[in-house]
Amino acid sequence: MDRMSKGIRIGSAATALCAAATILLAGGASRADPPEAGVPALRRLTEAQYRATVGDIFGPDIKISGRFEPDLRVGGLLAAGTSAVSLTPSGAEQYEQIARGIAEQVVDNAHRDRLVGCGPSPADPEGAACAERFFQTMGLRLYRRPLTPGETGLAVAQTLASARTLHDFHAGLAVMLASMLSDLPFLFQVDRMVPDPANRSAQTLDAWSRASKLSYFLWNSTPDAELLDAARDGTLMTQAGLARQVDRLMASPRFETGVTAFFDDFLQLEGMMSLSKDSVIYPAFRSSAGPAAREQTLRTIVTLLAQENGDYRDLFTTRRVAMNRQLSPLYRLAYAPRDWSMVTLPSDDPRVGLLTQISFLALHSHEGRSSPTLRGKALREVLMCQHIPTPPANVNFTIVQDTSNPNLRTTRERLKAHLDDEECASCHKLTDPMGLTLDSFDGAGQFRAQENGVAIDTSGSLGTVKFADAAGLGQALHDDPQVPQCLAQSAWRYAVGRDALASEAPVTAALNTGFAQSGFRIRALFRQIATDRHFFAATSLAPARAVAARSLSRRAS
Amino acid sequence: MTDFNRRAFMLRGAFAGASVSVGLPFLDYFLDNSGTAFAADFGGGRLPVRFGTWFWGCGMIPDRWNPTKQGAGYDLPPELAPLAPVQDKVSVLSGFSVSLDGKSNQPHISGNVGLRTGTPVDSWQQIVGPTLDTTIADTIGAGSFFRSLDLSADGNPRTSFSYRSGTEMNASVASPMELYQRVFGADFHDPNAAEFKPDPRIMARRSVLSAVTEERRRMLGKLGAADKARVDSYFTAIREVETKLALQLEKPPRAEACIVPQKPADQPASTDVAERQKSHKLMADLLAMALACNQTKVFNMVFSTATSDLRRAGSTTAYHQATHEELVDRTKGYQPTVDAFSTQSMQGWADFVAAMAAVREGDGTLLDNMLVLAHSEVSYAKNHDVNGIPVMLAGRAGGKVKSGIHVASHGDAISRVGLTLQQLMGVPLDSWGTGSMHTNRTISEIMT
Repeated sequence: MDRMSKGIRIGSAATALCAAATILLAGGASRADPPEAGVPALRRLTEAQYRATVGDIFGPDIKISGRFEPDLRVGGLLAAGTSAVSLTPSGAEQYEQIARGIAEQVVDNAHRDRLVGCGPSPADPEGAACAERFFQTMGLRLYRRPLTPGETGLAVAQTLASARTLHDFHAGLAVMLASMLSDLPFLFQVDRMVPDPANRSAQTLDAWSRASKLSYFLWNSTPDAELLDAARDGTLMTQAGLARQVDRLMASPRFETGVTAFFDDFLQLEGMMSLSKDSVIYPAFRSSAGPAAREQTLRTIVTLLAQENGDYRDLFTTRRVAMNRQLSPLYRLAYAPRDWSMVTLPSDDPRVGLLTQISFLALHSHEGRSSPTLRGKALREVLMCQHIPTPPANVNFTIVQDTSNPNLRTTRERLKAHLDDEECASCHKLTDPMGLTLDSFDGAGQFRAQENGVAIDTSGSLGTVKFADAAGLGQALHDDPQVPQCLAQSAWRYAVGRDALASEAPVTAALNTGFAQSGFRIRALFRQIATDRHFFAATSLAPARAVAARSLSRRAS
Repeated sequence: MTDFNRRAFMLRGAFAGASVSVGLPFLDYFLDNSGTAFAADFGGGRLPVRFGTWFWGCGMIPDRWNPTKQGAGYDLPPELAPLAPVQDKVSVLSGFSVSLDGKSNQPHISGNVGLRTGTPVDSWQQIVGPTLDTTIADTIGAGSFFRSLDLSADGNPRTSFSYRSGTEMNASVASPMELYQRVFGADFHDPNAAEFKPDPRIMARRSVLSAVTEERRRMLGKLGAADKARVDSYFTAIREVETKLALQLEKPPRAEACIVPQKPADQPASTDVAERQKSHKLMADLLAMALACNQTKVFNMVFSTATSDLRRAGSTTAYHQATHEELVDRTKGYQPTVDAFSTQSMQGWADFVAAMAAVREGDGTLLDNMLVLAHSEVSYAKNHDVNGIPVMLAGRAGGKVKSGIHVASHGDAISRVGLTLQQLMGVPLDSWGTGSMHTNRTISEIMT
């Protein structure tokens, strides 16, 4: 903070604002909040987690229809928002409706034999035994812990009462099931504490909570039977047992789903699902291009990092990218295969690395034009965990982007006006020099050599590193230690589903070290988090003040 | 028959007849068979007064929007010209401001947060109190199927300025089709249907839901401070679902003005202003019927986002970019593109008012029994000015409010608007806002 306050004293207010820009983004909105007691023990399932969970429990053919309450992004991550959100009345109504749809399918003729497996027998005309069997089996999956006797009793009694009202056993079962699907232990991951077997005076998460935490982190879904067994027999409470399960979960192909979910959140790619571009200006960019570009980026990452166990930093310099027929024209590439596959772009192709994929370029642009500022801002905020302040309220942009000015034909020329104005420059010098390097890609992410008849100058800089083009920018990011540190810090916050605590600075510092020592392998990073005792620590009494990882902010300015 | 006797007669009629089975505790209004509202002195038993907000982004050009003449028959400057057909139904409140008390002006946020919560802060996540629509909904919204209907014409459920707290945003219903299904879908009971039979499935759902919730409440036990508020919200939300189920078991009272609408044509979300006007109009018509059919008493409608998302197809410069980048035309003296978008936004507002006024209800129109607050997040968007944020009101709140007047302030705290509206809707408040936005002064000029 010393450096920052010095900045305030010596600079203009606006300059100071942007000196603060290199402070790491720790908690977004919570930055100004006073410390509060206790860390949330409840995390609402994200829409993706809910869908995967239902698919795992009841099978992939169960349709889930309805509108989910939007997730909340905190400090750059939706995962960190899961410990802040609750349920609004309209959200509860939607969840209840979705739950009803699921429950009715579970008991319908196509599914009841497999999923219910029993019907009221003549000896048990009311079906108590059948209901009890069903809820003991399904309850464990739904609540990710065994039902208490009270819960089982209630489920059976309510099933039978509803069955009487509706004159239909299965309809009664569906009503009770829908209610469980709207219930707190299903909709929220719940951290429950027990005395720490390693240290009786301390507390730690119980085995069932551990199973959920591991499973949602590594698979983005609910624990499977084997993991629940390891919770039941207590092996998850031992370091060896924990390591065994982590290794098993990471060896499964489902780990790729977990990695996908992390990067989807980290790169904020859900925005691609509703991305629209002006069809007059970008006729080649159809509305289906957004989702395809998202998938492209995620497939590329999973192939390089999860399957091939590559170096995270190489994402920024690789010429390999997942391709399909829909996207290949946007990349001006001949591509024959019917399905996705990895291709290597030719060495003279202007595209190199993640930043030149359509997802990044199009997401951080306007609907009808590119934006070096938005791209540079995303680079700093998303990939380097820095915070760029919003522009001062009273800014005259008029000269800056007058696209009809005959003397300012390219974006670079127009933006240069920003950099000549000290107040604007303090922030724009952080964003634009990187963003301008990507301006040879238009607002829909397609290559262009010229703008308004003038060749686009793609030279730029990141800090003191200068480069000539997007390949150079990729290399600069590859070489910048903040980039992998940001990833490690984000992975921690993603895993715990909240902002990092002040007391966790040593944990994130160790993750940085471990990540570097592994050669920046995502598998090593995820394994280190999943086997770290802090991941299961009882944090409910620790102060919840969010701070930046100090090792990173030291580098700032 | 004197008025008094006529009223007494009809009351008897209502109580002696079907009303016994219509769920009296839930409903605070009654109509006789001809649809005439009962007089006001029957325990609040006249046509319900509804409250709503209507938001548009990027403000206006003050010289082209603010009327100069005060009171009734105010002048309509060019950007307000679309209001001509509904001018007598719309009041303009000009010159009210958000005071920042030294806090930063977060572009397109501070003004909106200040107007809606009485305290400007840097982000919605940091708000210190709920938005005024939620306090009004808590006061008048009970007993309707929806405590509030939150709508946005931009296709994005995240576009909402209705918050109970920084982490509790009321997500929007964001398209005409979704609105139709939400209100007039499977759970809808036509209040004018001759037959009513409580659905046993709903009885079962209600009974199971309350049993499970009760058990959950009992089991949760002690919670950390960080979770307590969230769990309270969770239970409130579930309770709301239970209340809705209970309502569905009651025969809904007749609603004379209710005509169940047809399913709308699918209208894909668009940022093109002409397309936006179309989907907004479809949503306004559906909302009018949702109100007339007693499905809700409170709503929020977003026409365009803060930092307006509007544009014209084929143009590289959208409305928001134009507010900052467009040169002031020397001969005209203003930014012409910005002026056009602002005028188009006012056309949207005029369409909305007309849609509410088109529904006959009692002796007047649906709008007569409404109070709608229309506002933006800035005045002059070019420099994100939060002084003189444009505010308008429509409707007469069942006769409590004058319509068609212009009240000009010279920088008074805009929290006076919020205080006035909350008081009019019965929220027990004698002052509202914090810092220099704290006020106990209502805007008496608009009251009858």
